[in-house]
Amino acid sequence: MIDWAPLILTFKLALITTFLLFIISIPLAYWMAFTKSKFKPVIETLVSMPLVLPPTVIGFYLLIAFSPANAFGNWLNEWLGLRLVFSFEGLLLASIFYSLPFMVHPIQSGFANLPRSLKEMSYIIGKSRTATITKVLLPNIKPSLLTGIVLAFAHTIGEFGVVLMIGGNIPGKTKVASIAIYDEVEALNYGAANTYSLILFALTFCILLLVYLFNNGYLKQFYR
Amino acid sequence: MIELAFQKKLISASGEMLLSIETKIKEGSLVTLYGKSGAGKTTILRILGGLTQPDFGTIKVHDTIWLDISKKINLKPQKRKVGFVFQDYALFPNMTVKENLEFALLKGENSNIINHLIEMVELGELQHRKPTTLSGGQQQRVALARALVQKPKLLMLDEPLSALDEEIRFKLQQYILTVHKEFGLTTLLISHDVSEVLRMSNVVIELNEGKIIKQGTTNQIFNHQDLSAQFQLTGTLIQSIKQDFIYILSVQIGKDVVKIVADESEGNDLKIGDKILVSAKAFNPIIQKIS
Repeated sequence: MIDWAPLILTFKLALITTFLLFIISIPLAYWMAFTKSKFKPVIETLVSMPLVLPPTVIGFYLLIAFSPANAFGNWLNEWLGLRLVFSFEGLLLASIFYSLPFMVHPIQSGFANLPRSLKEMSYIIGKSRTATITKVLLPNIKPSLLTGIVLAFAHTIGEFGVVLMIGGNIPGKTKVASIAIYDEVEALNYGAANTYSLILFALTFCILLLVYLFNNGYLKQFYR
Repeated sequence: MIELAFQKKLISASGEMLLSIETKIKEGSLVTLYGKSGAGKTTILRILGGLTQPDFGTIKVHDTIWLDISKKINLKPQKRKVGFVFQDYALFPNMTVKENLEFALLKGENSNIINHLIEMVELGELQHRKPTTLSGGQQQRVALARALVQKPKLLMLDEPLSALDEEIRFKLQQYILTVHKEFGLTTLLISHDVSEVLRMSNVVIELNEGKIIKQGTTNQIFNHQDLSAQFQLTGTLIQSIKQDFIYILSVQIGKDVVKIVADESEGNDLKIGDKILVSAKAFNPIIQKIS
């Protein structure tokens, strides 16, 4: 029988990451979709960096930054009591950075593709910006929101490099499924590695399939 | 009285254009902004609605200052309380017809107006449908009803009828006239259909390249006040054939093509595509070029 802890940890991490990312990404994506600020290209680049950088690079810099041996990590440790290296909190923060573009990009393009007139009409009938976002814009980009949520979730499940760098391999604390697989293979324990892999494969397949079914309208017959 | 005086540089297809508007609009009038596309009509409505900011100028509505660039006053669209019907209607797709209207209702206002409006534009049977399932004319009625929920003083319609066929168009013109009267509105309408302008409005502002070139009553603008005709029709010249010393003109009036005989003096300066006015006293048609 395999150890379920890495799988549970993986899904716990993915769930919390996705939830926090959703909250962070809506204002960020709104800003990126509508701002005329000259800083927009810089912010866009930063958000997109995790798409192209090797995860180990992000992991490495976070490791350096959060290390209690350095000023910032020390400050976090002393003042907030936060140890971000080799801890679940650190893993969470790294995951948020790493999966940020997967949540922000779909929501941003959802906002940008809505007709400008919807937002303007909402203003004309006296609605504030917040009411316009929550009652008009967000309900009309549900497919984008779903895509963002699922991609961020699935991508967090698929993390390896970042997690290994900042979290290490502490059973029950930072040892997620992808690392457990690596471990089992290193120990020539192919059976267990295969079980973990199959579970991850099947689950991510199902999640993505559901999104595509939903966004292509195949599921409409069941919920309408 | 609505007093407009503003300027804005616009980038149009034919290069830069200065929109420079100075005019007064009397309360309660139904004004048509008339002119070629690209003349700045939509921008004027957007500036009035607070969606676009001019470079200089002021807007005063019933003695309230909506905009004064030099004093950095620019009332937000939310505070201007205008009714606006966009060219694309901008109905909220996530809400039903009724919900679209309810969303526009201000907090604490009596919701009876919603049922009244739904009845008035005959949307009762469709009120629980989503806008995407409606036809163009039906969507237009929803947009019109929604624009009236807050009982605005000023109603603006950006080419509301251009996408509709003749029959529905006529019906909707009647709706607009009805609400204009019933709500005591000042209505600003964009149109480039002369027959629509004649049928609907009492004041016309004609624009060209961002400037007002004519403003006055419909009769003054279309320059036929000295005719005492039995009937008048406006249409577009689509064919002109010269036979000996008369012209046979084919004129498109609405969906129909009408053949009219014109003498040389009338026919000589007409080109295909000209907007013309055909009027008749008993059996003697008079033909006049109007634009």
